[in-house]
Amino acid sequence: MYWRSSISWAAADTGLLPLPPIVDTAWDMTEMPNIQTDPATDDSWEVAGRRFTSRLIVGTGKYKDFAQNAAAVEASGAEIVTVAVRRVNVSDPNQPVLMDYIDPKKITYLPNTAGCYTAEDAIRTLRLAREAGGWDLVKLEVLGEARTLYPDMRETLKATEVLVGEGFKPMVYCLDDPIAAKQLEEAGAVAIMPLGAPIGSGLGIQNKVTIRLIVEGAGVPVLVDAGVGTASEAAEAMELGCDGVLMNTAIAEAKDPIRMARAMKHGVIAGREAYLAGRMPTRKYADPSSPLAGLI
Amino acid sequence: MDESISITVNGEARQSGSATVAGLVRELGLKPEKVAVELNGEIAPRSTLENVGLRDGDVLEIVHFVGGG
Repeated sequence: MYWRSSISWAAADTGLLPLPPIVDTAWDMTEMPNIQTDPATDDSWEVAGRRFTSRLIVGTGKYKDFAQNAAAVEASGAEIVTVAVRRVNVSDPNQPVLMDYIDPKKITYLPNTAGCYTAEDAIRTLRLAREAGGWDLVKLEVLGEARTLYPDMRETLKATEVLVGEGFKPMVYCLDDPIAAKQLEEAGAVAIMPLGAPIGSGLGIQNKVTIRLIVEGAGVPVLVDAGVGTASEAAEAMELGCDGVLMNTAIAEAKDPIRMARAMKHGVIAGREAYLAGRMPTRKYADPSSPLAGLI
Repeated sequence: MDESISITVNGEARQSGSATVAGLVRELGLKPEKVAVELNGEIAPRSTLENVGLRDGDVLEIVHFVGGG
């Protein structure tokens, strides 16, 4: 115990580490993960009354073609995919459509509001999405500016309130701000989806502290949405206690998207298992694994 | 319906000979069960598409799901 406490303070004092040792966050949390069943056999999660096994949600944009997209979804093991709502191409109605490749009866379509910069546009888009698909589980994102694609939280909160009033179950893309996350939850968001880094940047989770604080404070699922670039970063999100990860570009823009989809599947599982297992405390110096007694 | 009417579909002006929204959707080569329709700013529920009449000057948005993140 001497080592644990001294390490914690030493690490914090140096300012060299971006975070206190993880032992302080994982072990000292007042509420440990509430797992009712054997996690080895059942570690499913629930959002808005729907139960899912996979904790990876994948996007369906930026792929070379629908076939590659469908193969990546299959390899990722995802049970939910995000989709956008756009005008049909009236001049060429016979071109292939997403639904021909990814069956909405097997994979849950999560309509998004990508490209919407006002609450009004986002609400309009999701009303149409509900009509196109007949479901109320949606992804709300209201963007603030094109350069960063950061969310406009004032408009996002406004839209959340209206959508919840209309019976929608919005999973909400938001800043990694624990206060904003709480406000969204109070407004009826069924999941909080903070960004790890700007959309499409692949920069990884920039602020682990805020993601952890959101997780600790949330009464609804928390998913890192945006910023993950590779499998270790998906694992990192899960190790922070997130319920899931949502990504698109990291898979679609990998040299081999299908292999990366598989990597992300394993990354999410590894991170989740590590979180549930509870990591070892960190030490400042070495600690031998073989016994010191009986040395020849 | 013998005479055609002038409407706007997804921002483009066009003529239609269809009497109903569902008729227009089919006229465009689309399947009503795969699209959502907004008529003059209001959602036209899919279950009513066969019954909602088209009028001269109507403005429609016809959307569907595409790939997105």
